[in-house]
Amino acid sequence: MEDLLVLIVAKVNYWAYVILMMIGFYAMIGKRNLVKKLIGMNIFQTAIILMFVSSGVKHGAKIPILNKYEVLEKGVDVAGVVNPLPHVLMLTAIVVSVSVTGVALAILLRIYREYGTLEEDEILEKLGK
Amino acid sequence: MSSPSNLHMYVMAAPLLTAFFLNLLGRISRAYVAPMVLGSLTFSSVASLFLMGRVISSGGYSYTVGNWVPPFGIELVVDHLSALMLVLISFVALVASVSALKSVEQELPGKEHLFFTLCLIMISGLMGLVLTADAFNLYVLLEITSITTYGLIAMGKGRAPLASFNYIIMGSIGACFYLLGVGYLYLMTGTLNMADMARILPTIDGGAAVPTALGFILVGLWVKMAFFPLHGWLPNAYSLAPTGAGLIAAPLMTKVTIYLMVRVMFSIFSFDYLFLQNPLVQSGIVWVAAIAIICASGLALAQKDLRRMLTYIIVAEVGYMVGGAWLANSIGMTGAILHIVNDALMTLCLFLAVAAILYRIGSLELDKLQGIFRKMPITMAAFTVGAFAMIGVPPTAGFFSKWYLLLGGIEADQWGYVVALLFSSLVNAVLFFRIIEIGYFFKDGEHHGHEKRHEAPLIMQAPLVISAVALIVIGLGSGPLVEMIIKLALPGGF
Repeated sequence: MEDLLVLIVAKVNYWAYVILMMIGFYAMIGKRNLVKKLIGMNIFQTAIILMFVSSGVKHGAKIPILNKYEVLEKGVDVAGVVNPLPHVLMLTAIVVSVSVTGVALAILLRIYREYGTLEEDEILEKLGK
Repeated sequence: MSSPSNLHMYVMAAPLLTAFFLNLLGRISRAYVAPMVLGSLTFSSVASLFLMGRVISSGGYSYTVGNWVPPFGIELVVDHLSALMLVLISFVALVASVSALKSVEQELPGKEHLFFTLCLIMISGLMGLVLTADAFNLYVLLEITSITTYGLIAMGKGRAPLASFNYIIMGSIGACFYLLGVGYLYLMTGTLNMADMARILPTIDGGAAVPTALGFILVGLWVKMAFFPLHGWLPNAYSLAPTGAGLIAAPLMTKVTIYLMVRVMFSIFSFDYLFLQNPLVQSGIVWVAAIAIICASGLALAQKDLRRMLTYIIVAEVGYMVGGAWLANSIGMTGAILHIVNDALMTLCLFLAVAAILYRIGSLELDKLQGIFRKMPITMAAFTVGAFAMIGVPPTAGFFSKWYLLLGGIEADQWGYVVALLFSSLVNAVLFFRIIEIGYFFKDGEHHGHEKRHEAPLIMQAPLVISAVALIVIGLGSGPLVEMIIKLALPGGF
């Protein structure tokens, strides 16, 4: 029991991301409303962003903005700054996620104009007629 | 490795830059659209041929963008495999857009510039995908191609936006899984460069994280390529999309994703790690591929619409190539790579025929194709060549790659896969002979009147005939193609 607690507390960021990801995944697969599916997709993507960003964290480290002259003189204290690479990667991932959301919203608009609803069941019903 | 050249950058930049100008100038006059699209793609095709020649004569090279040395900067790799894919993508895109110009004009009047802007961005995204050697860059390019495809599909009528939305949900799950896999690998190795990952991975004890990463990456790519149990989005998306979008996306998207699977498998992981350490996983995936081929072929039989039937055949063909790549012997791998080329051309030929039929008849239901051989003899002759290639009749291209895949399956003792291949060939034969029977022997339906010849316009016929001839030429030239390019394109370990 104690081992399990240690496992959860030590890797709390990974647990949080897994739980968030599962919520998002459930919404994408299980929900019948198209907007909820889209929101699920955003939660899913945010969970992955959380995982990446949290992997760059170091205890007691500062933001990775350094004085050029100090660095040239003394070099970088790697333990003193957080790893900036995951943050930079996730900036790109956020851009991707925003553009997918934008395209999806535009398509939802077209679906709404066509069928007058965003409930998957009602759309399928209208298609069946 | 030879010294780098900039040729591949020109190949990729031509459609990308043209896309922006096309969007601007296309608003002024529609007359600019065709010359700009065809001009840029012709430029890419010629440049990619030169690049191929260079790679054959003096070997591949790696290119650092903006002089940021890998592993920090993004590395592009031009080797036999990626050069071959570049040639394939640019030529297929060129031939398909000639015909797409006409069908877009009919289906989306006034939106040509928007359609082709998306199209050109998608094509340059695909070219970027085959060049990149950086795992995260690959994710970004994968999403660029996907987002443009979502847009292209949503331009269709009726249910197309719904199909596109489903594709967005499925495609995003796939891309997120891929990104998650890359994240795990990054946490373990601290790098995103594929070659650097491959160097570091054997030196660390990854525990469960590395197999998890491989699993996530594979499942992500399988969703994107519509490998059988994950194929749900493909049939609707490709059959409801505007004809022009189906023409360009269907031959290229799934095939490039299979190339990506091969690239990621062998650039990051080693032959030993993939196949020898876990023989159960390897034979398991081949079995899944065999089941995929059989189920997708069965579903194709149940379709009443020509284009929907073709989309299920694409799903079956994805099973061929995934299985071939996982057979773990050089014959199977050769077959898989050759089949990427052949399947792109076969799908192109059949979709071009579909576009021509749709342009004239306006319907693709099998019952309405009666008497079509008399009405559109040239179109249907080319269609028959494409159909024979799908079935695997020599000397069309489809026969040779299927032969390699069969030999590979026999060598690997994967009899389930061999049986699935033969079964799928038989099903394809049934499917296509049914169409030939309806089109050739049945009396004319009322839907398109008399037996008068009424062919599709020349601009749609020419690409169709070219693709049909290409199928036979590539078939007869498979020997040199395998010897000169694909043997050298096989990843290390074979």
